[in-house]
Amino acid sequence: MKNPIFITYFVIIPLFAAFSIALIGKYVRRLYVDIASSVFCFLLLFFSFYSVAVLRNSANPAMVYNVGGWIPPFGICMVLDGLSSFMLVTVNLVAFFICIYSLSYMEKYTDKPKFFTLFFLMLAGMNGLIVTGDLFNLFVFLEIASIASYALVAFGTEAEELEASFKYAIMGSVASSFIFIGIAFLYGFTSTLNMADMARILSTKANIWVMPFVAVLFLMGFGLKAALVPFHAWLPDAHPSAPASISAMLSGVLIKTLGVYAMIRIFFNILGITDIYLSALMFLGGLSLITAVILALSQWDLKRLLAYHSISQIGYIFLGIGLGTPLGILGGLFHLFNHSVFKSLLFLNSGAIDYAINTRDLREMSGLKQKMPVTANTNLIASMSIAGIPPFNGFFSKLIIILACIQKGFLGYAVIAVIGSLLTLSSFMKVQKYAFLGELKEKYRHIKEVPLAMRLSMTGLAIICIFGGLMLLSDVKFFLDSAVNVLLEGRNYAQAVLEAALR
Amino acid sequence: MIDNPKTGMSLIVKTITRLTVGLILLFGIYIVLHGHLSPGGGFAGGVIIALSLVHLILAFGRDAKVSKISMNLASNLESLGALMFLSVALLGFLGGSFFLNVFKKGAPFKLFSSGTIPFSNIAISLKVGVGLFAIFLALIILEGTKRKK
Amino acid sequence: MTLYFLCLILFCIGLYGVLRKRNLVKIIVGLGIIEYSMNLFFVLLGYKMHGRAPIDAQNQDILNMVDPIPQALVLTSIVIGLGVTALLISIAIRIYDKYGTFDITKIKRLKG
Repeated sequence: MKNPIFITYFVIIPLFAAFSIALIGKYVRRLYVDIASSVFCFLLLFFSFYSVAVLRNSANPAMVYNVGGWIPPFGICMVLDGLSSFMLVTVNLVAFFICIYSLSYMEKYTDKPKFFTLFFLMLAGMNGLIVTGDLFNLFVFLEIASIASYALVAFGTEAEELEASFKYAIMGSVASSFIFIGIAFLYGFTSTLNMADMARILSTKANIWVMPFVAVLFLMGFGLKAALVPFHAWLPDAHPSAPASISAMLSGVLIKTLGVYAMIRIFFNILGITDIYLSALMFLGGLSLITAVILALSQWDLKRLLAYHSISQIGYIFLGIGLGTPLGILGGLFHLFNHSVFKSLLFLNSGAIDYAINTRDLREMSGLKQKMPVTANTNLIASMSIAGIPPFNGFFSKLIIILACIQKGFLGYAVIAVIGSLLTLSSFMKVQKYAFLGELKEKYRHIKEVPLAMRLSMTGLAIICIFGGLMLLSDVKFFLDSAVNVLLEGRNYAQAVLEAALR
Repeated sequence: MIDNPKTGMSLIVKTITRLTVGLILLFGIYIVLHGHLSPGGGFAGGVIIALSLVHLILAFGRDAKVSKISMNLASNLESLGALMFLSVALLGFLGGSFFLNVFKKGAPFKLFSSGTIPFSNIAISLKVGVGLFAIFLALIILEGTKRKK
Repeated sequence: MTLYFLCLILFCIGLYGVLRKRNLVKIIVGLGIIEYSMNLFFVLLGYKMHGRAPIDAQNQDILNMVDPIPQALVLTSIVIGLGVTALLISIAIRIYDKYGTFDITKIKRLKG
């Protein structure tokens, strides 16, 4: 395609939605705000599927849109290649279901139009970060998404939410300042900000002290956004305190876009990976896996337990990607998609339980299966996915990661992955026993199932969990393969983008 | 103009404020409009415009009529500023590309030149100015409700 | 070269403020110092000896200007810092309403 205009729609539509809902939200009826936000989310989902179809049918591996008509490196460009379209589908699919869920969940909080303003701002920041081709533009969108998420964590303004939001905001800002210093060093070293141009210049310069220094700065900055283990301390406080749809959004897509996607884009395509970076990523991934799952064994707060498991599954993703082989990266990216789906479903379930009985403590609940069948069944499906039981989608991605570890000879990491999986299974059997099975307590006789919108979105995500394993069939596998190829070709990304920009 | 000694600051501050606050506002508007010719532009000009309104509230206390602007009006104006900026960017689609500069670019160094840049400056200054003023209003309303308790 | 080391020392002073101070407002001030030092470092990267300000006025040479790109980016970064500081201050005021203190050793309800 000569000028792929639809790439700009991913940034324009959420920004327009955010500010128009802020303007008219107080003056129209509640129904119109609901319909408007669902329509905007559905438009974004449609365009993300369209981008995958367009990319498959075109001959070139990347499509570039020059903003304002300026050719890079003089102007900012928006790049759509295999990895970007994969991340766009993940983010917009999960965001669509969460938007439908919050139509009835946010009735319990005040001021729904302001919630949707912040939600669409966060979505605009994430979408913009995925499609951009310029390093400082990445930093600006990262800050937009982060500031919106700091405000969303404190949305209910109870005492615990404010404390958690303050801690998250301070740590996130320090991490952003490390990323900014890294970008400053790279600009001083190569005198350009365009990612493709920088990759081309860096492959011609000799290897001096700047590149490992910048790599460590980015590892610290993006590692805090992705919640790897030495930098994870904000996540167990921030994710339980947020409203349930925001917890699902944070844990399901935000830590993956701002943390995992930005780090692998910079490490694989711009700086150029060597064995030492890969072994650092694998070590941090393995450490997160085992530490977080042990810390989760003693939790009695349902959402705090889910938050610790998020850290552990991010460890799986980094273990897969850090292997560097095609099978390993395939496993890591597939696990990224699967984890977005089933972790969002688990948080939406905990929100449904919270909506019905107003508590998150596992010792207070029991026997909810009789009164809330949809919640109980979708929770069973999601728990079996995260523990890795066939035929749900979590099983396939974990199997690929463990096989790739054995294939490359890292038997120690494979054993750690299997132990982590067993401990995850035990944690979720505990959740099932305490929350859903057993006798129904006296004070819960009158609770009902949650409203229709929440049930619809939970069922939709559960269906994707069941049929997720079919993504490995050879017809559909191009979706993952195009993403894997972008990472494997490393710095040749620059050539594909610069050629496409001049066309 | 009667000086109420119970609210706001002393008489000297109130007199100087009456003389200079209009000039500060005018200076802010000058920086916004000449953003394409000299340093400044939308952000800096918007901050100065907000500061002139804050100056009024600080000097006159409860008497200043500006403090009666409700939060609703401030928040609506802010969203309007953002939508204006987005529409200036979408105007570029008429020329063929997002954010393209489609108006006539006149002779260099004149006030009416360089296409759509003055319009984006005005939109940004509206949003930044009203946004900062709304933050200030939110903080003093919080203080006011605490003092009533 | 000494200018860059002084920027690093300013960054470390700000980081000390964030890590060791016990009052919430002092932590926010430390974060502000970190952001000032980052912006200063980025602007200094574009400096040329005996360069002049990058403003294109009539009847003057275009040569011998300092680099204008870092100045534009730092403007954006200053506004981002303003937004974060405003959000943190309002959260700190509400924490004082709920907990009654600004001391972080007493604001510890989330544990484990």
